[in-house]
Amino acid sequence: MMYKQGDGFFWIGGPGEEAFSVPLGLLVDKGEGVDHDYLHLHYRSSGTLLAMGADPIDSLRQMRNSVTDPYSKGRNFTSHFSIRAWNVVPVTSPIAVQFAIALGTAHAQRAGTGAKGITIVQGGDAGTAEGDFATALVWASRRGHELPLLMIVANNRYGISTPFAGQHAYDQIAERGKAFRIQTAVVDGNDPEASYTALKAAMDYVRTERKPYLVETMVSRLRGHSSASGANPADGEVDCLERFERVLEERKLLTRSQADQLRERYTNELLEAARRIRNEPHPAADTIWDHVFADKNLVGGDR
Amino acid sequence: MATMIQAIRMALHVGETRLGVTDIFGEDVGPPLGGVFTGTQGLTTAWNSPLDERGIVGMAIGLALAGKSPVAEIQFCDYAFNTIDLLKIAGNLHWQSAGDWNVPMVLMTPVGAGIRGSIYHSHSFDAQATRIPGWKIVMPSTPRDAYGLMLSAIKDPNPVMYLMPKALLRVKARPGEQLPGEPPDDKRLASMIDAPVGDRSAWKPQWPDLEELYIPIGEAAVVRPGTRVTVITYGRNVPMAVAAADDLAASGVDAEVIDLRSLYPIDWDTITASVKKTNRVLCVNEDTEVTNFGEHLIRKIVENLFYELHAPPKLLAGAHVPGIGLADNLEAASVPQKDTIRAAIAELAAHEP
Repeated sequence: MMYKQGDGFFWIGGPGEEAFSVPLGLLVDKGEGVDHDYLHLHYRSSGTLLAMGADPIDSLRQMRNSVTDPYSKGRNFTSHFSIRAWNVVPVTSPIAVQFAIALGTAHAQRAGTGAKGITIVQGGDAGTAEGDFATALVWASRRGHELPLLMIVANNRYGISTPFAGQHAYDQIAERGKAFRIQTAVVDGNDPEASYTALKAAMDYVRTERKPYLVETMVSRLRGHSSASGANPADGEVDCLERFERVLEERKLLTRSQADQLRERYTNELLEAARRIRNEPHPAADTIWDHVFADKNLVGGDR
Repeated sequence: MATMIQAIRMALHVGETRLGVTDIFGEDVGPPLGGVFTGTQGLTTAWNSPLDERGIVGMAIGLALAGKSPVAEIQFCDYAFNTIDLLKIAGNLHWQSAGDWNVPMVLMTPVGAGIRGSIYHSHSFDAQATRIPGWKIVMPSTPRDAYGLMLSAIKDPNPVMYLMPKALLRVKARPGEQLPGEPPDDKRLASMIDAPVGDRSAWKPQWPDLEELYIPIGEAAVVRPGTRVTVITYGRNVPMAVAAADDLAASGVDAEVIDLRSLYPIDWDTITASVKKTNRVLCVNEDTEVTNFGEHLIRKIVENLFYELHAPPKLLAGAHVPGIGLADNLEAASVPQKDTIRAAIAELAAHEP
């Protein structure tokens, strides 16, 4: 809506991935450094950040490219999170590059290092056509050098406009893990309980065995690829939130009116947040020269 | 006197034993080979990677983000071209995150011609490397600078690309250029730190008691003072330019040779002082001449020092052809040689406004 009101140049995000991305955020060991989990996420991971405790107003700030945007100070698209204090590595627009970069944080946490955390890397189904996905399969599974890497592929059956069958001969991307002797699972990403259970099992395995695991989660893409394709509601996609509300209603855990009230409350909160930040300043032009080079080692401490 | 490759190896040894280097890796970098140029023999943190350059660069970025101190190698820069978007990411993560993350990694890679390397072992990388903001780019021309620049690269909190002029890797240091702590006898040094031919599974190096030496990144060196022409160069072309200038001294042409050492940041103070003295500029490098790093140097010199110039600045660079051919004649005709550098200096020296 901000995009359509001219309050941002571009929108991309994760409507349709919440039933998977929220459980992921709930299960993450959040913190800084190798004893916590590293997250190499993609630009549909807003549910994960929300579940980890990120304030959604900051996503609106990044959407508006305000200087108050804590993830990039107005430099990057929305949903391009970066939080060093939580090991959330900067999200990149090029797809699948995170699969190559995640190898490094996972190597820093490999068996024998004593590190307690694991590395979680997530991308989309279309991005697995990139070589970096194969890179991750090779490097993470080398015998005797296995990496504690949870690889997640969110399969929404599209790459912008290219359908799944247009680039994959196999039925499931998880099948590719088997050739590398990587444990795999396919999960209904529209079901938060199934997602939570599958993720918990996968993370426990990676944490304990210090070996890779590939989870393919079947998700919806509720508003197309991005604002570039209109961001209008898509036909024929399951809305995981509506479905979960019905489940909770059937189990008498939530009434219809309670669900409606929740939606209304959060909608109003976000509308109010959008109004509140509307006048926050954009970055000054001369800040382009800030942070070209670091003058101290933030990630390693000065040696 | 150490060779450049021995100096690099000794710097990496100092890096892993005293400066916190955690991982030195790349194709054939670990035992038994220790690098195709022997640069990583005997190092305790050296390991072999899969033959996958994107994996190597991605691994280095990730290790750096996890607070480690990696030194990664691309075996020949000719094989780094498919990693350029990852190099851009390494260069932009600090900026993209508005100062939240930094990427303290070193990427070393042999560059340039001079070993009859044919089309895919002769590429230069300076034009590509300097096109990627967020990186510091260094290139030594002597063993001592190789040692001191590597230690500075390891200590730097930013990604540093360490370009190794492969034609100079086996050249010994000249008198007075020894590393602090290296034994004076080079046969003794070789017996201490060079792996034996054949089975080396039981071999362990005996490292000399080296002192740390830091060549600051961003500081050029005037390697041959002169008054008539300034030659700005780096890597393999430095000793060539010095030899060319020495040849011309007999005919009364006194050329100054600047070894840039750091391609980024650029030492404009040294360049400016020299150009104000000589009023004539020649840039020399091996990369192909179109969109060449020397063109950038010349553009800035023309903009900032136009009225100091007594002759149009000149660039002597690689021919803009798709590859460097194997035959001696082809290689020599593709990249600057001592004779062509000498001719270019002489031409500039003779030019009067």
